Amino acid sequence: MQRIGVFICWCGSNISATVDVVKVAEAMKNEPGVVYSANYQYMCSENGQQLIKQAIKEHNLTGIVVGACSPRMHEATFRKTAEAAGLNPYMVEIANIREHCSWIHKDMDEATEKAIILVRTAIAKVKLNAPLMAGESPVIKRALVIGGGIAGIQAALDIADAGFEVDIVEKNATIGGRMAQLDKTFPTLDCSACILTPKMVDCAQHEKIDILTYSEVEDVKGFVGNFSVKIRRKARYVDESKCTGCKVCMEKCPSKKGLNAFNMNLNTRPAIYIPFAQAIPNVAVIDPEQCIKLKTGKCGICQKFCGVGAIDYEQKDTFVERQYGAIVVATGYKPIDLDAFNEYGYNDNKDVVTSLELERLMNAAGPTNGVLLRPSDGKHPKVITFIQCVGSRDSSGCGKPYCSKICCMYTAKHAMLIREKYPDTEVHVFYIDVRTPGKNYDEFFRRAVEQYGVDYIKGMVGKVYNENGKLMVQGSNLIDNEQVTIESDLVVLAAAIEPEPSVRKVATLLTASIDTNNFLTESHAKLRPVESPTAGVYLAGVCQGPKDIPETVSQASACAAKVIGLLVKDKLKTNPCVATPDESMCNGCSQCANVCAYGAITYVDKEFRIGGGKTEVRRVASVNPAVCQGCGACTVTCPSGAMDLKGFSSKQIMSEVEAICKK
Amino acid sequence: MQEVTTEKKEFVPNIVAFCCNWCSYAGADLAGSSRLTYPANVKIIRVPCSCRVNPSFVLKAFQQGADGVILCGCHPGDCHYVTGNYYTRRRMALLYSFLNYLGIEKERTRLEWVSAAEGARFSAVMNDFVKTVTDLGENKRLTDLRVKEGE
Amino acid sequence: MTKTERIENLNRLSGTDVRKCMKCGKCSGRCPAFKEMDIKPHQFVSMLGQGKIDELLACNAIWNCLSCMACVERCPRGVAPAAVVEAVRDTVVRAQGANGIKAEDIPPIVDEYIPQQLLVSAYRKYNK
Repeated sequence: MQRIGVFICWCGSNISATVDVVKVAEAMKNEPGVVYSANYQYMCSENGQQLIKQAIKEHNLTGIVVGACSPRMHEATFRKTAEAAGLNPYMVEIANIREHCSWIHKDMDEATEKAIILVRTAIAKVKLNAPLMAGESPVIKRALVIGGGIAGIQAALDIADAGFEVDIVEKNATIGGRMAQLDKTFPTLDCSACILTPKMVDCAQHEKIDILTYSEVEDVKGFVGNFSVKIRRKARYVDESKCTGCKVCMEKCPSKKGLNAFNMNLNTRPAIYIPFAQAIPNVAVIDPEQCIKLKTGKCGICQKFCGVGAIDYEQKDTFVERQYGAIVVATGYKPIDLDAFNEYGYNDNKDVVTSLELERLMNAAGPTNGVLLRPSDGKHPKVITFIQCVGSRDSSGCGKPYCSKICCMYTAKHAMLIREKYPDTEVHVFYIDVRTPGKNYDEFFRRAVEQYGVDYIKGMVGKVYNENGKLMVQGSNLIDNEQVTIESDLVVLAAAIEPEPSVRKVATLLTASIDTNNFLTESHAKLRPVESPTAGVYLAGVCQGPKDIPETVSQASACAAKVIGLLVKDKLKTNPCVATPDESMCNGCSQCANVCAYGAITYVDKEFRIGGGKTEVRRVASVNPAVCQGCGACTVTCPSGAMDLKGFSSKQIMSEVEAICKK
Repeated sequence: MQEVTTEKKEFVPNIVAFCCNWCSYAGADLAGSSRLTYPANVKIIRVPCSCRVNPSFVLKAFQQGADGVILCGCHPGDCHYVTGNYYTRRRMALLYSFLNYLGIEKERTRLEWVSAAEGARFSAVMNDFVKTVTDLGENKRLTDLRVKEGE
Repeated sequence: MTKTERIENLNRLSGTDVRKCMKCGKCSGRCPAFKEMDIKPHQFVSMLGQGKIDELLACNAIWNCLSCMACVERCPRGVAPAAVVEAVRDTVVRAQGANGIKAEDIPPIVDEYIPQQLLVSAYRKYNK
């Protein structure tokens, strides 16, 4: 039998002015199970807490109800008080007789009557409370960053600078990501490589950072503070520890017809290659699809010429398994395929290019050495037409329903750079809206129009066709209400961006939620924007939503701050109010696991006695208390009623309902 | 309480409100600290998330003699537990049709989104709901007779 | 019919949600009959949205529209400007009463010279 103590607070006059606190306390003395009832001016004060502690000890209380302000205010205080007096902190319930009673009612009788019901409700609940223990789980002081673009690099550097070990897993042969492909960056027009490559070098030289390129996450087990990750290190057929990056192999390789992905397939590279001059690590890799030796067994020229004997045609994929406390996902993006947009003639005309291709065409390290030449005949284009929103804001099913966010700015940048470098070039931009929120962004766009004379046309392009070697861009000019056709030499499409497709696999492995556009979902759009709902998983860069470099870097640093905040802890205290299944009732139907946003529920095969000395093995739900956040979605979903939530059990809530309705 | 039976005062409904801890309960707290009144016959039960509310809790309340049940959660997209309130919305839609089948007026149950910053909205919603239920009168259909006898 | 009813009627006939339009002009950018249209495809959508139906019912564009559906094909928002044109046309034709062409009225010789698509378009337009 429970021995309940009731403590009614006056809160000065805040409660006592409209609630007859003495009457409430007296009334509670007659409640079944209540052995002690008191009132005091300030229950949260030192003296008030002393009163509670004393009563717990003297009357051997097994549970207490404090009639006071909101539990959001002082629940933690009174739990500590109870704990100090030797009572389990979860044997405390608060009746909110201030915010929900005295402050909103004016009539003393009415408010007193309500206060009595509220305290009675809390008593009904506390009678069914069970002592709970906050669990503890250890934290492994090492972080994993998935993706080695600017987001991953920044997050890794920040975490490593705080003194924690970080591994970067990158699926390509080098870190650097999309930013390494860019020419200049808005709105300051810094050279992208000049600001990125020093950071890449910092990563490589940092003693706390381990870079695993040409690798992919294969499997993830565990939970916050204690992930176990299996990483596949793809065979690069070159010994990373021996290769010096001298590039002799690249010169000698006879198979030079591979498409250069780094240059957006605008030129070719040998079968053995280093993606670009500043690659980190500066180590060659062999494309097995293209290498003559790997395909036919005959060749071996690179091995012959390699001065350090780094080439190993026998190399196989290897696996490493490591433990991490936190994981940052920074998998980045890619431009969408334009196959569904044949109206722009991208597949039929070499001179219709995407913005990322233009980026390479203007880059000093690109296929044209930075001279803007059109791909078809290598001539200078005199009329260049840009088309924005290609596949963005498209709800017809061909493209993406969202705004890709970065296109307005980079199109303005391209237009401006072209007008500056080649003043005799005519530049037109078809746009639906120009969206340039951001520090110095609109000024940047206006500069393109006002200073560089870029012709912005409000309207969309209906078709692009080739007529006598000229690209005819037919679109509408909505301001002048006319259809215009612009004879162009080069057409640039601002293609929508989408999350790198491999993010789906990563999200599945991490049980991180993902939306219909393949963007990872954040825990709270406003207040927890860098955390995944899955504890211990953090999001940086475009994998969470379209964003530019400044935003990506800030988000990556925010991620790092969150990771550091997690890794400095030696142990994690877990919320004991978690879901728990009654295994005798669970039939292993998986419904609870389907609604769990955190992936806290797994299934185990357990042996049960079924009488007559026999046992049977059944599949039952098992909740990981370190991962469960205690929302209770599973408890209602469970068809057999096996799932319950500690601290908010069905019985407790039912008895609260009963207490309120009792007349 | 005796007055009610002897003088036959106007009908005062008994209302149970379920509020999620992160938005609506905080919204109710804000209504309190802003001194925005609503009738005293609304009593709040705190739950971690609106998705913790089993439709059977609502039925239980009606069975125990509640005249109205209101369920408050975070606005769609703002749920502290990411998707909890979406589950609530679907479950309540099913519950409505079930209550309809039982012959309980639809207006006796309500699902509202109240954020932690919407104290004024909380109070307005409660005032409106109490008025609606008062107009509907006593919940006679679902109240358990055994509960009534104790009156 | 009140004006609101007529607007609703047009919306229902067209079966398209004009509020989804984001005014990009891609429909007019592709329209092959652009020059012949006194009201352009994008304006059809916008004018129906604004309820300017008297102008729509009086325009010539409904007879010049080729019903080629290029605007429908191109729209990134799933709006169908040609369906609006057709709805307006239907409204006008219905008001005229039954005076549409019948298949048997078309001289057989026409079949050889007129592309099939035009015939189909003609039926769409006049045989209501």
